[in-house]
Amino acid sequence: MSTPIVVEGLTKRFGSFRAVTDVTFTAPAGAITALLGPSGSGKSTVLRMIAGLEEPTAGRIVMGDEELTVKSVQERRVGFVFQHYALFRHMTVADNVGFGLRVRKEDKAVREARVRELLELVHLEPFADRYPEQLSGGQRQRVALARALAPAPKVLLLDEPFGALDAKVRQDLRRWLDELHRELGVTSLLVTHDQEEALELANQIVVMHEGRVEQVGSPGEIYDQPATPFVAGFVGAANVLHGEVVGGQIHLGSIRIPGAAHLDEGAAAAAFVRPHDVRVTSGNGDVAAVVERVASLGWLSRVSLKLPGGETLVAHVPNDDLHGVGEGDTIQVDLRNPKAFLAPESTTERADVPAGA
Amino acid sequence: MSVVATPKVRRRGWLLAACLVWVGVLLLVPLVGIVITALEPGLHVVTETVRTPDVIHALELTAVITVISVVVTALFGVVVAWVLVRQRFWGRALLNATVDLPFALSPVTVGLAALVLFGPGGWLAPFFESRGIQIIFALPSMILVTVFICVPFTIREVVPVLEEIGLDEEDASRTLGASVWQTFFRVTLPNIRWALAYGIALTTARAIGEIGAVLIVSGLLQGKTETATLFIFRAYEERQVPAAYVVALLLAAVSVTLLVVIEFLRHRQERERSRT
Amino acid sequence: MGSAAQALGGRGGLRSSPRTTAVLRHLALRGAAVVYLGLIVALPVVAVVTKGFGDGFGTFRNAMATPAAWAAIRLTLWTSTVAAGLNAVMGTLLAWVLVRYRFPGRRLLSTLVDLPLAIPTLVTGVMILALYGPNSLFGRFLDDLGIRVLFTPIAIVIALCTVTLPLVVRNVQPVLQELDPAEEEAAATLGAGPRATFRRVVLPAIRSAVVAGTLLTFSRCLGEIGSVILVAGNIPKKTLTAPVFIFQLTSQFKPSQAAAVATLLFAISFVLVLVTSRLIARDEASA
Repeated sequence: MSTPIVVEGLTKRFGSFRAVTDVTFTAPAGAITALLGPSGSGKSTVLRMIAGLEEPTAGRIVMGDEELTVKSVQERRVGFVFQHYALFRHMTVADNVGFGLRVRKEDKAVREARVRELLELVHLEPFADRYPEQLSGGQRQRVALARALAPAPKVLLLDEPFGALDAKVRQDLRRWLDELHRELGVTSLLVTHDQEEALELANQIVVMHEGRVEQVGSPGEIYDQPATPFVAGFVGAANVLHGEVVGGQIHLGSIRIPGAAHLDEGAAAAAFVRPHDVRVTSGNGDVAAVVERVASLGWLSRVSLKLPGGETLVAHVPNDDLHGVGEGDTIQVDLRNPKAFLAPESTTERADVPAGA
Repeated sequence: MSVVATPKVRRRGWLLAACLVWVGVLLLVPLVGIVITALEPGLHVVTETVRTPDVIHALELTAVITVISVVVTALFGVVVAWVLVRQRFWGRALLNATVDLPFALSPVTVGLAALVLFGPGGWLAPFFESRGIQIIFALPSMILVTVFICVPFTIREVVPVLEEIGLDEEDASRTLGASVWQTFFRVTLPNIRWALAYGIALTTARAIGEIGAVLIVSGLLQGKTETATLFIFRAYEERQVPAAYVVALLLAAVSVTLLVVIEFLRHRQERERSRT
Repeated sequence: MGSAAQALGGRGGLRSSPRTTAVLRHLALRGAAVVYLGLIVALPVVAVVTKGFGDGFGTFRNAMATPAAWAAIRLTLWTSTVAAGLNAVMGTLLAWVLVRYRFPGRRLLSTLVDLPLAIPTLVTGVMILALYGPNSLFGRFLDDLGIRVLFTPIAIVIALCTVTLPLVVRNVQPVLQELDPAEEEAAATLGAGPRATFRRVVLPAIRSAVVAGTLLTFSRCLGEIGSVILVAGNIPKKTLTAPVFIFQLTSQFKPSQAAAVATLLFAISFVLVLVTSRLIARDEASA
């Protein structure tokens, strides 16, 4: 019933502006694939091209064994959920949900039964005769989802569906979408800039940046094995330390960070270390750091550290490991699981690299 | 102990009074005045006047011109509004400016333009004369000038609404399988209906009241190319004052009814705008 | 490999891609809009302006050579100025009263203000005749005072004020409604009295709307004929306005002269429109 989506070499130019460049990936059947990236990364454009709302400059889109690229929006039969709901303001909730069936001249009884079925699915049965303006944001988005699902599309496309909602509502709907997806198993493509959302919901994540694909992989792969500096920095918090590659390590002052064996000797490199990978040790660690600030976040604390060379590090330390460390104290820390990359061109601050050691 | 009016209330009273006097003297009193003056000879003058063939013809002609003008400007108005809002092309600003041109012209200038185009020796005169089609001093030119004058109303009302509601609903409609026409009739039109209705009401009022341009292009042929307003004009000039007043009263009554409709639609439109 | 290329190349059928149909439809609509506006609006304007300049500036100068022509223009200009000025003030006051005050009959007043939008201008003229005529209510009263209204410029100004009454009001009202009360409240907490607040906070905010409405009113007055033609008396050089003059010229089969005067009026309106849009744009930019 559900089909995979294959996108090949998708490119979109608006005049001289390249919004999307050579995007290729496969969204597996029945899974949720997230298109994750900051604003302007082109992810919404990719989604709209798959829906047929934008015309690609180059590339193909294939759904199952159907070539979608030449088909009109109407012919593609995809379900689309918009960030700002796009509910038909002059129709009741029931009429909104039944719209897709109505324009396909579906039999009235069939249509009404399906509408009822979907309203039950989204728990909005009592609101059938209300108008969109009478509903809250979260309710409207559920109606939008029901409306998109009513014509039984093979693919569900969601464009930042929770972007316009309050944080609490967002979390509730996220959980609810997860359950819904488990129940229905429709191939889904979710565009979001919220990495937490992507990591929580998706079976596969496509990270995009400035119109290009940075990495495609499972949430675990994206988080633990970022392929590019952008992914390392964008997904999950990360400390960035800049230094020079010497003998397979990154040298930064007196700090030695391993894991740079794949980089050229002498190159300027950046090491990404997750806050929870900055571990406090009792003995000698990788580096000595001065505690600037300790903020308790419940069962762990956010510790701001200053390194001898002036760089700042943020560590997430379980309170049990803190042992009464306070501001001004010097502690030893280990830098675990560093990811080393060639330094990206667009860096804000470069740490001073003293010549020699 | 007397209650002294605070300065705020005193000022409020003065402002309000000034406004009421202004509106009263310019509008309310004249309106009452015409009712009294028209009905002074007695109610029978109304029924008598309305039965005269000239008056009947004038009212019919006004109705025909108005209906055609409304239909043409509404239909094309929606098309122009759509093109202006949803399309980007070289010359769009020029097209936009053209829409407002009728507001910058005196109606007599419009009539004059028709004369230059269709009158004796006019630019397009040979084309129509050779086919035996009478434009000037006949119904077609009267319709054309009225349409010219009414062009901006529907467009200016529909454009802001189209801009405000944006493309989302229409995109959603297409993803759900609706063709372009289905999308227009089921989604776009309901969204612009109050603005369009308001524009149509304004067009109707303006078309009924047109005088300046038709004065020039109609040829003032009594009983043939005389609209209600032209009838009033001629009747007054020929000292048929009671008849003129009666027809004027009739038009005033129609206008007041239209006014109520216009107010209702404006109210509806504002309520629409406040809904998200 | 674009979809258009696919459609034209390898499909082997006459079915055009959805893209081509969409483009064709777009162009068809655009074409319809251009033809409609081009034929109905642009063509007539071009016709009049061309006629006015006929064989060059000479025609124009000759046409305007008569003293009656210049007198008519002058009369139109000053009566329009007075009417626009009066309505600028009263229109703003009305807008203020309608937005800020609550009183019984407010809705009725608002409706009444719109009456000139609905009523034929000629009927307005007839109403003025009925009210100021020799045997009528005001007419008799004013006659006793020795004041003549009909067939004098006063009648013209009254007519112009009446037909343009709603214009400034409707321009200013929405702006007043949108004003954030917080700004005036802030001024009050800083010690400004109601008059100072009005002058320093409200007036600058509505200024461009008032100006735009006034210019619109002025432009409308320039071309007004229906309400004026019956009440002015149309005495050359005394109460003959430019639009009525144009009408007379066409009745006398002098279309070139008529076109010259008409073009002059149009030019003035046109310049006004440019000034207005420049003002609005500038005010919006600084907002």
